[in-house]
Amino acid sequence: MAKTMAAVQAAETREEMGIVIDAQGMHYRDLNRRLREAATEGEARFRLVNVNGQRYIGTGLKGDLHLEICGVPGNDLGAFLSGPTILVRNNAQDAIGNTMDSGSIIVKGDAGDVIGYGMRGGTIFINGNVGYRVGIHMKAYRQKSPVIVIGGAAGDFLGEYMAGGVIILLGLSERNGDPLVGNYCASGMHGGEIYLRGKVDPRHISPHAKIAQTKPTQIEHIRPHIAEFCTHFGYDADKVMGEPFFRLTPVSHRPYGAKYAT
Amino acid sequence: METFRQTRRSHTRYDRGARNISGCGLAGMMSLSGERTDGRLIREAIGLLHDRSNGLGGGFAGYGIYPEWPDHFALHMMYYSLEAQEDAEKALRHNCEVAREEKIPTRPIPTIVDPPLLWRYFVRPKGDLLVERQAPSEDDFILDLVMTINRSVEGAYVFSSGKNMGTFKGVGFAEDIGEFYRVEEYQAHIWVAHGRFPTNTPGWWAGAHPFTLLDWSVVHNGEISSYGINKRYLEQFGYCCSMRTDTEVMAYLLDLLVRRHKLPVPIACRVLAAPFWRDIQQMEEPERRLHKTLRQVYAGALVNGPFAIVFAHKEGMVGLNDRIKLRPLVAARKDDLLLLASEEAAIRTMCPNPDVVWAPRGGEPVIGTLGSMEVEGEPKRRLEEASA
Repeated sequence: MAKTMAAVQAAETREEMGIVIDAQGMHYRDLNRRLREAATEGEARFRLVNVNGQRYIGTGLKGDLHLEICGVPGNDLGAFLSGPTILVRNNAQDAIGNTMDSGSIIVKGDAGDVIGYGMRGGTIFINGNVGYRVGIHMKAYRQKSPVIVIGGAAGDFLGEYMAGGVIILLGLSERNGDPLVGNYCASGMHGGEIYLRGKVDPRHISPHAKIAQTKPTQIEHIRPHIAEFCTHFGYDADKVMGEPFFRLTPVSHRPYGAKYAT
Repeated sequence: METFRQTRRSHTRYDRGARNISGCGLAGMMSLSGERTDGRLIREAIGLLHDRSNGLGGGFAGYGIYPEWPDHFALHMMYYSLEAQEDAEKALRHNCEVAREEKIPTRPIPTIVDPPLLWRYFVRPKGDLLVERQAPSEDDFILDLVMTINRSVEGAYVFSSGKNMGTFKGVGFAEDIGEFYRVEEYQAHIWVAHGRFPTNTPGWWAGAHPFTLLDWSVVHNGEISSYGINKRYLEQFGYCCSMRTDTEVMAYLLDLLVRRHKLPVPIACRVLAAPFWRDIQQMEEPERRLHKTLRQVYAGALVNGPFAIVFAHKEGMVGLNDRIKLRPLVAARKDDLLLLASEEAAIRTMCPNPDVVWAPRGGEPVIGTLGSMEVEGEPKRRLEEASA
């Protein structure tokens, strides 16, 4: 038998800041159902402890909610997120912020592959390294423009098929000897901007993107995002901004156009 | 134990009718010093990855589980009929000295339905036949026997054939398969496990992972688009693919490359996940020449398509991704433990506080070797845990 609702309730305690849910052994459906119910009842702040691998945490939650996660959340954390802020104290897995609409996801550790898949708004801050295909298919939507800031290094295919928004890669933390960005960065890019801090090996960048030095006006454009990143993780923003940034933008709005019959 | 039960039960609640679009789940744990542990932790880890599979296949391989039979091949057999058993046993007795034969101990549980007959035999090739057939080794003799039974004895399948190791697999969720086969009663220094989500091939008992041959075992998430090329290549060397699924070729390729062609494991990994020509062009000599040669000589052994695999053999355990990492794989170390899994959460089920957790890059293997504390592919500097 699954843990009953009564058992779930018993695993909750109330702190001044909100409710604490012990997720030990809980299936993701039970956990997410409880979150949605509590949010409907007017709870705005949650701390989830002993999280380990539960998927889809916070999926589709709306409004000014705050979730703090202790443990490693499962794939698709904050999918379709629409407003809330999620803080992860540890590492996180794949597909964070899948198709996210608005809100903020902050990860203190590393994160996996396919972060921000198709997101159209909101911000994702990762303190450590990220895996492959981060920012794949991200896009701007009406007044929204999604932002991903990464403190460490990124694997291959960063910003693949990128259609809008901003990716900022800082290379601040330990990189295990890996380059700042992996191969095939910006493959299929046809919108948006990617900012890379420090040295970049052009062999890692797809011919679908052009590489340029960042102009002062463009730096001002990304300064607030970097400042927020530094606030979350305790870096000195001026120092971080002191290094040169390279800016990648698409060569074409239709990089595969020639592959189709007209 | 209670925690595990709750986790597993709350998962099984959603078994029926649930739509599931995930890939397979993998987990592996190895003690580099050879210390053995029972199968509970690996079962718990693969149980945590329940939602990556769909109940159409699960399995385990354990190394070091039959220390009382170090020199005998442990043949694990599936029989779909008593006639199949009779025919296969005839072949076994004709070719081998059978030192012990018994049913594989199982525990009836409601979620595992309609299992085939499951037997195991501890055997050695008959000495006079070894000489008569001029088999290069006992391993090659057993290889031929395995291929012959799997190809030509209707309804009989050898699903494990190594020494002091064994595979336990079938149709069901992995954690249930583990309970069915009583994996908690075996002690192993390497455990690998798999929860299956079959996409292109049938979910049947012998088609579950791990795939094994001699002491090779492979668990795989992905699909091998080069299967036809690999299969035809292997047939030239006497391997016959009869399990109706792609992963089988990996086990046979490893046997061919490492045991028979004596390639070191890191080189064999470069054959399976060969660097792209554009990357070879950028290498320095003599590395460039080595990789060019490997691609030319072993073109038929290149494995194309998305994969994350964990494979094990008597000397160690290895994790490997396809070159552009189209499937997830995470690795971790703690003291003499090497851990591999599809998700970090599964690693933390086996080991709550690893010293280091990392995501291997595409095509770059993580290689643990028995008796060595050095793991190839491990980051040189250990990361600090993000502040809690």
